[in-house]
Amino acid sequence: MRHRQAIAALALVGFFVALYLWLHALGIGGSLKCGTGGCDTVQTSRWAAFLGLPVALYGVVGYAAILAVALAALRPAALGRRGPTLVLVALATGGMLFTVYLTYLELFVIQAICRWCVASAAIITAIWLVALAGLRVPRTPAPRTDL
Amino acid sequence: MNRFYVVLGALAVALAITLFVLLRDDTGAAPAAAGPPPTATDDGFRGYTLGSDAAPVEITEYVDFECPVCASFAVIQMPTIKDQLIETGKVRWRTRDFPLPIHKYSRFSAHAAQCAGEQGKFWEMHDQLFANHSWAQTGKDPSRLFRDFAKNVGLDLERYDACMKAGRYAARIEYSRQEGLNRMVDGTPTFYLNGTKMETSRRLPGSDDFKRWADSVIARAPRSSRSPSPARH
Repeated sequence: MRHRQAIAALALVGFFVALYLWLHALGIGGSLKCGTGGCDTVQTSRWAAFLGLPVALYGVVGYAAILAVALAALRPAALGRRGPTLVLVALATGGMLFTVYLTYLELFVIQAICRWCVASAAIITAIWLVALAGLRVPRTPAPRTDL
Repeated sequence: MNRFYVVLGALAVALAITLFVLLRDDTGAAPAAAGPPPTATDDGFRGYTLGSDAAPVEITEYVDFECPVCASFAVIQMPTIKDQLIETGKVRWRTRDFPLPIHKYSRFSAHAAQCAGEQGKFWEMHDQLFANHSWAQTGKDPSRLFRDFAKNVGLDLERYDACMKAGRYAARIEYSRQEGLNRMVDGTPTFYLNGTKMETSRRLPGSDDFKRWADSVIARAPRSSRSPSPARH
């Protein structure tokens, strides 16, 4: 249960980070509060969009999905089930792979670091690790309807 | 369990307040830059060009003056491209405005360049805006700095001021942006080689890439179209 709570909390923070970047991409809120020019370099590069949509939007949707699954997995009826844990691992792994790709672009192609992107990368990495750790937790006694 | 949801709710409220504070736009804005997007008007203008009208290759660049990648490209790659391709008559370079909505002063800076162009100094202003690009990092109203640039490049400041105050080219800039949208421009800088979008998903192209592409087009072109003289518009 603790794993799922931690994932829900992390996903909530990640959701707001991605939401900020997405709203900025829509032109809301003026300049990005970043501290360096790196954020602007990354956010205005051609790689700030993926399949025609702002990259941050994928983050908003991804974190919202993880949050929703984590909250659903905290319902008493779902606590003993392994299925939600597997879904969380799958979502977190997808997010991790996308983050690895984006971090590669930042470091080796754009050659600029966006602190908000680094924050998001740290959050999805933490979610992934916690989700993997959740796989090792033995099942809690579950009602027979789970079988 | 209930305590967890209380903590999660409190965290959500705290994050929402933080987001609101981050999105508050607390920097001063020049009137022309802070105004609503203008309507688009086609005045027949299709961008300033560098190079010969007879050049066999035309490269169109959709540019945002506040974009740091555009500035980097202009400062690092363009000098070599000018030497190797434009001055040799192989390439005509056309620039089109594509102000991004995430930037506060994109339209304003594009307008400064257009007002300089009215006095025949577009490229000089273009170079000033990109070579002194720290204005784009501060978030401060750059109108006085741009006026200094105008003075540096030898503009008639009275005419420049009147042009900026009237927003004379705002509709032209918006037309260029809409043209870019119709051509599937999805970021800046975006390049078209003889009308074909140059897809470079892995990285920003450099001067070597442009030379290779231009040479490839020229190698396939008839011999009669290969001997132009350089020009600046």
